[in-house]
Amino acid sequence: MKQATFDPTNIICGAFFILVGAVFAWQSLEVELGSWLRIGPGGMPLALSLLLILLGLIILLAALREVGEPVGAIAWRGIVFITLAPIIFGFTVRGLGFVGAVFITALFASFASLRMTPLRALLLSAALAAFSTAVFSYGLGLPFERIGPWLR
Amino acid sequence: MDLLGNLALGFATASTLANVGFCLIGVLLGTLIGVLPGIGATATIAMLLPITFQIGDPVSSLIMLAGIYYGAQYGGSTTAILINMPGESSSAVTAIDGYQMARNGRAGVALATAAIGSFVAGTIATVLIALFAPPLTTIALKFGSAEYCSLMVVGLVMSVALAHGSVVKAIAMVVLGLLLGLVGQDVISGASRLNFGLIQLGDQLNFVAIAVGLFGIAEILRNLEDERTREVLMARVTGLMPTREDFRRMAAPILRGTALGSALGILPGNGAVLAAFASYSIEKRVSDRPEEFGRGALAGVAGPESANNAGAQTSFIPMLTLGIPANPVMALMIGAMIIQGIVPGPNVAAENPALFWGLIASMWIGNLLLIILNLPLIGLWVKLLKVPYYVLFPIIMAFCSIGVYSVNSNVWDLYVVAFFGLLGYFLLKLRCEPAPLLLGFVLGPLLEENLRRAMILSRGDPTTFVTRPISAGLLLLAVAVLVVVFLPSVRRKREEVFVEEE
Repeated sequence: MKQATFDPTNIICGAFFILVGAVFAWQSLEVELGSWLRIGPGGMPLALSLLLILLGLIILLAALREVGEPVGAIAWRGIVFITLAPIIFGFTVRGLGFVGAVFITALFASFASLRMTPLRALLLSAALAAFSTAVFSYGLGLPFERIGPWLR
Repeated sequence: MDLLGNLALGFATASTLANVGFCLIGVLLGTLIGVLPGIGATATIAMLLPITFQIGDPVSSLIMLAGIYYGAQYGGSTTAILINMPGESSSAVTAIDGYQMARNGRAGVALATAAIGSFVAGTIATVLIALFAPPLTTIALKFGSAEYCSLMVVGLVMSVALAHGSVVKAIAMVVLGLLLGLVGQDVISGASRLNFGLIQLGDQLNFVAIAVGLFGIAEILRNLEDERTREVLMARVTGLMPTREDFRRMAAPILRGTALGSALGILPGNGAVLAAFASYSIEKRVSDRPEEFGRGALAGVAGPESANNAGAQTSFIPMLTLGIPANPVMALMIGAMIIQGIVPGPNVAAENPALFWGLIASMWIGNLLLIILNLPLIGLWVKLLKVPYYVLFPIIMAFCSIGVYSVNSNVWDLYVVAFFGLLGYFLLKLRCEPAPLLLGFVLGPLLEENLRRAMILSRGDPTTFVTRPISAGLLLLAVAVLVVVFLPSVRRKREEVFVEEE
């Protein structure tokens, strides 16, 4: 493959900071900027956003001149299963209740690894649900419903 | 003398049965986490933070959190010595000679040396905190808003200087953190801002959710990139007791490491890590047998271990006296205080003397517990080393979800976790460290409030920051640090240090 004459990681990085800075700058203009004497709620966010854009530009321009490594392997499977796990917990904790939500969350997260077998995942999740209920619900007395309305 | 009275109060608070119990749970959990791969002290503390609120008493909850922190440091050195895999970044240096000692059949002595070094360092650092915290508090109480602003700028600049990788990226991360800290309601005018039209962003972003996402989830994702089996090849750990000769040879490195660690730990950024590296190179230089380093030198374990433990302890000084976090863990402790209704800063010592001194005393008790418990428990920790990673992360994910949800039973916080987990992973891929972001996030609201108050007090004159002598001095210090970091020679040296670390 042809050797890249720029650093792809840092180009993305610089562009990301510029974009985020621009979005925050737009958001801070929605509220009052204020004066030197009474800085309004938008004053400091705007100043910081502009600084972030500047830093992004510096990173971007520097990246055009140096050779760097590509971003590298990305854990796609992990991204799907791991980042969705807390969301699933959020969707189920009210309906299924604490026990069910812990079980489903752990089971779902288990599939992020290729090494986990379905049987092991089921056993682990069940054990975890039992342990968490004993420790957090009965032991520490967290105020969650153990069995939710969906199961009644 | 006042000091003795204060320490007596501290020990009276920390040695109640309940508090010793929480300290014990903390150090055990911490050691466990330190030994287990793929999850660091920061993520654990973030995860367990909400659960400690159930304890009710802020003193006990902070004692337990502190226990997790130094327990994790200790657990990290155990894995560094036994399997050449530092569980925490601060024990990376210990792995160099510790693992070689283990291969020479001196694993027991290496572990004992690490434990003794940590204990001595912890004891001395506790005394140092007790000595230096009160005068610093007195100075800090004289600070006005302008001084506070400048002090926070110094703190943030230092954290940038001591972060891994590119300085510009670290500054960008701080700025991003500051911005995220400002999302939600403006304290002074009450206006809702930076909310992107989402009503859920009307409030502040949940600190626990961000910390769990950035440090817990992002780290798991990185570990899932390549799933390797860990080599757990090790001999039985025998002969824990060092010989008289060993004791003679570890004494000086321990004292030098403690001095170095205590000084560097106060600095924002990861002073403890830096201290361990510095201590190793000093020991190598002063040793009469430098050729032993890298092949199992006792001093190469004793020095860095003492340095990182002392550094971990003294990083409490800026947190307790100024309310400025030196590292992400301290940022979490500040978050814990705020949620418990304690305003961090110089007033803590005066308003909550039991908490302030109790926490200090508990550090010594925690170190004592570590040395008493961990040497006999070493067999158990060795067994835990064999737990495969794929079993761990479903457990971590379940606990993360429970922990975050229990802060205020708000489902939205769980979506914030997922979002920041993804963002954290993305930033890691871009070689941006999350620590400066978290420090920025914690300091953002404080910095803005003091900046705006300082401007009102000076009647809209921005030169107030450079005309007030203490403020000017602090800003000058910040500029000096930045200049030094950008100097070509320092820059090269700094890169070397951090490359070596990885």
